[in-house]
Amino acid sequence: MNFVIPDFYPAAAELFVVAMSFVILLAGTFSKHPRNVAYALSQLTLIGAAAITLFTMDGQVSFTFSNMYVDDLMGDFLKLVLYFAVAIALLYSRSYMNDRKIETTEYYVLAIFATLGMMVMITANHFLTIYLGLELLSLALYAMVALLRDSARATEAAMKYFVLGALASGLLLYGISMLYGGAGTLEISGVAQAIYQQAGNKTVLMFGLVFIVAGLAFKLGVVPFHMWIPDVYHGAPTSITLFIASAPKLAAFAMAMRLLVNGLFEFAEQWQSMLMVLAVLSIVLGNLAAIAQSNLKRMLGYSGISHMGFMLLGLVSGVVGGDRHFALNAYSSAMFYVVSYVLMSLASFGVLLLLSRAGFEAEALDDFKGLNKRNSWFAGVMAMVMFSMAGIPFFVGFFAKFSVLQAVVAAGYIWIAILAVVMSLIGAFYYLRVVKIMYFDEPLEATPLTAPADMRALLSLNGIAIAVLGLAPQALMSLCAYSLLGSL
Amino acid sequence: MTGIPFLSLAIWVPIVGGLLALASGSDRNASVARFVALFFALAGLAVSIPLYTGFDATTSAMQFVEAYPWIPRFNINYVLGVDGISVLFVLLNSFITVIVVVAGWEVIQEKVGQYMAAFLIMSGLINGIFSALDGVLFYVFFEASLIPLFIIIGVWGGANRVYAAIKFFLYTLAGSLLMLIALLYLFMESGGSFNILDWHQLKLGMEVQSLIFLAFLVSFAVKVPMFPVHTWLPDAHVEAPTGGSIVLAAIGLKLGAYGFLRFALPIAPDASHAFAPLIITLSLIAVIYIGFVALVQTDMKKLVAYSSISHMGFVTLGFFIFNPLGVEGALVQMISHGFVSAAMFASIGVLYDRMHSRQIADYGGVVNVMPKFAALFMLFAMANSGLPATSGFVGEFMVALGAVKFNFWIGFGAATTLILGAAYTLWMYKRVVFGAVANHHVAELTDINNREFVFLAILAVCVLAMGIYPFPVTEVMHASVNELLKHVAVSKL
Repeated sequence: MNFVIPDFYPAAAELFVVAMSFVILLAGTFSKHPRNVAYALSQLTLIGAAAITLFTMDGQVSFTFSNMYVDDLMGDFLKLVLYFAVAIALLYSRSYMNDRKIETTEYYVLAIFATLGMMVMITANHFLTIYLGLELLSLALYAMVALLRDSARATEAAMKYFVLGALASGLLLYGISMLYGGAGTLEISGVAQAIYQQAGNKTVLMFGLVFIVAGLAFKLGVVPFHMWIPDVYHGAPTSITLFIASAPKLAAFAMAMRLLVNGLFEFAEQWQSMLMVLAVLSIVLGNLAAIAQSNLKRMLGYSGISHMGFMLLGLVSGVVGGDRHFALNAYSSAMFYVVSYVLMSLASFGVLLLLSRAGFEAEALDDFKGLNKRNSWFAGVMAMVMFSMAGIPFFVGFFAKFSVLQAVVAAGYIWIAILAVVMSLIGAFYYLRVVKIMYFDEPLEATPLTAPADMRALLSLNGIAIAVLGLAPQALMSLCAYSLLGSL
Repeated sequence: MTGIPFLSLAIWVPIVGGLLALASGSDRNASVARFVALFFALAGLAVSIPLYTGFDATTSAMQFVEAYPWIPRFNINYVLGVDGISVLFVLLNSFITVIVVVAGWEVIQEKVGQYMAAFLIMSGLINGIFSALDGVLFYVFFEASLIPLFIIIGVWGGANRVYAAIKFFLYTLAGSLLMLIALLYLFMESGGSFNILDWHQLKLGMEVQSLIFLAFLVSFAVKVPMFPVHTWLPDAHVEAPTGGSIVLAAIGLKLGAYGFLRFALPIAPDASHAFAPLIITLSLIAVIYIGFVALVQTDMKKLVAYSSISHMGFVTLGFFIFNPLGVEGALVQMISHGFVSAAMFASIGVLYDRMHSRQIADYGGVVNVMPKFAALFMLFAMANSGLPATSGFVGEFMVALGAVKFNFWIGFGAATTLILGAAYTLWMYKRVVFGAVANHHVAELTDINNREFVFLAILAVCVLAMGIYPFPVTEVMHASVNELLKHVAVSKL
């Protein structure tokens, strides 16, 4: 085998992030102000990676590292949203982490490693590359959950996350190994080719598919693989919950696209029926369980489960009776959904961080009592986020639900669509309860909000973005559709 | 067509005004918020008036049409336009907004900016509902208008406001979500169009029509509200502040009825005919049974709320007997009810501001201390019971006439409202206003001040004018109603 120097150009952003993670580690060790330097360098890394991604974006699909790596528009677009989400998460979390004395260099390095893992997942063209990216992300996240190491709840959450996450990784890996046995290759397009030519043993491939779907479902956090979500969301420091609840959803979506759509598209009908069950269960259980929560982090966790279920509905509407021309419409609505969800999730946990301060965790519903009287602007932002998550127009959440439902109805699953809207109605109840608590109840305390100005400004922008994207969703919708064009 | 986009102005002027009122900040600047709100409410009314003066009553076509692409990805367009059915409601809504702002002027002392903003934004959104010709645009306005009223009831409402606000929101949301599915289905069936007028021409099988009709029925029946799904309304009315009750009764209830005319009837005409017996039965139950329920209320607001349900039963009855007299009568009834119910709630609000009680039993002999108020309230009570020469009579009479033409016994049942309406309204009036002064609280009441006199007097003028000379109202809707009925008479199968 001849050694060929690979083309580094398509993976330039990833390589830059790797290099920068070492720089941050070193700078954190030798600097006099490690926190500030690490923070600034992390944001620089994200900005630089965004610049490189934008600069190298050429609309072509190019492969590198012996076809283990792909650079296409879908990957570029998702990566750009990813940088954005991580940058916002880091900014929101700063004062919270500082108040709890865990704003260390390690935190930023872990966040950057997690980002790198997600980037690898997004641009992988090989089942093993995806697995590597996933592990890089997961290991960083386990450690981040445990950052607050004196807190029993946080370490318990980290432990649960680790054990269950390892199990899921195992399932995924097992599925991949079966796929290898059936198809004889792990390159995504190769697998697709092999299945198309009916090369492998179908039973083995199908078993592999089941395990892959299970592993994927764990990462997405959909029922019945959702057990970790409430505990991890609740136990982790809020800033880490914010991180887990935002960017990784993008990566999980990319993983689903790469594995299922690019790799196993021939089996679309099979995995669609599996995902359909997962989606329906998630929407039902997520919404019902969220009603019973008095802790906002848990509530948002369950609501996230239902949102991911909703997103899956987009993925299951792609192929109907062998007819594939719905695919672009369906997958781009799912992508729009996931991007909107990330935006809303960032804002919702952002408000939680805003209300927290040294020695005080804002996470119970009661902590929001009378927020309108304390600070009517941020009460308004939170209300917008809640209405948006409930799917009330003119907010982006409405158009997210709208586009997915549209795909579901187009695929002919009217009853699923009806079930989904009935469940959104139940969902509306607990979102409304938050609005009710903020607007109709009297405040329990009058402490002014202490968050720094940059966070306030960004959170305000985040809220405004939810409203503006609700008024003019066209640009983002067509970006999603356009970026998927080349990858189907 | 003039070049000025009056419909867009009627939508966005109040919304911008609302945002400005919101931005005026804390209660230190309360008077700024009030004047901003009044200015923009008047401006909203001013830009709505050309819609009437420039309206061509000879055609049933959409007028003042504006069309721009909004979300080309799903072929969703920002299409506005009014016909003879909707134009009056835009005017009514802009008018009621002014009344509401004036009615809340001194009464609301807490979070004035937010209060005024909620009403102005709601006013703009409701104008959007009446003028949207794109299904998604309609839906978006329809749902978004829930938020301001939810906040209004929940923040400035009475003791049990939280329950009422959430009940209101979830009930109406439950209805409209099914409509969303129907809209998406129509989008598919029509080959990718959300234009309501395209849907009117769409051929649909009976089964599909029935399902679509039922989806619309659930959505609009909750909003009207029709008999079995009306229970949110009394709660919402009782707990809402006066302004909220006025808007809810005068405009909010009309949205559902308007939806029937714009969506259910023309899109699913065969299903409409098939389901007409059901709707007529439910309407008659609303008219008669809810009329009796109103009779036994001890709370004034609740009484007027039930009376509203009963009156709206008349409206749905008028629609589903499919003759011009019925439909026009129902529309007149809707406009009239807009004035009368607004006036009733405003009057009760005047009493409530002084006594902080809505119980009929707490009053008695009000006429002795508030003669001016008693006179105006008398007029409104008469209008509510459908006395000739008030607006209440015209619509009820037309619908009853149409119903008799359709089927004598249905007409007979509907006409009982004239007795029941008189019974519950006038009996309430008698207990509250006449007789000896009941207690020292009543004795200390002061008569209405100039501000209150002005908005009650304006409403009184409207009630009388429409009762004596309804022609300007019926003239506008004539062509559109005939066209609609012609359209509905043709089977789509």
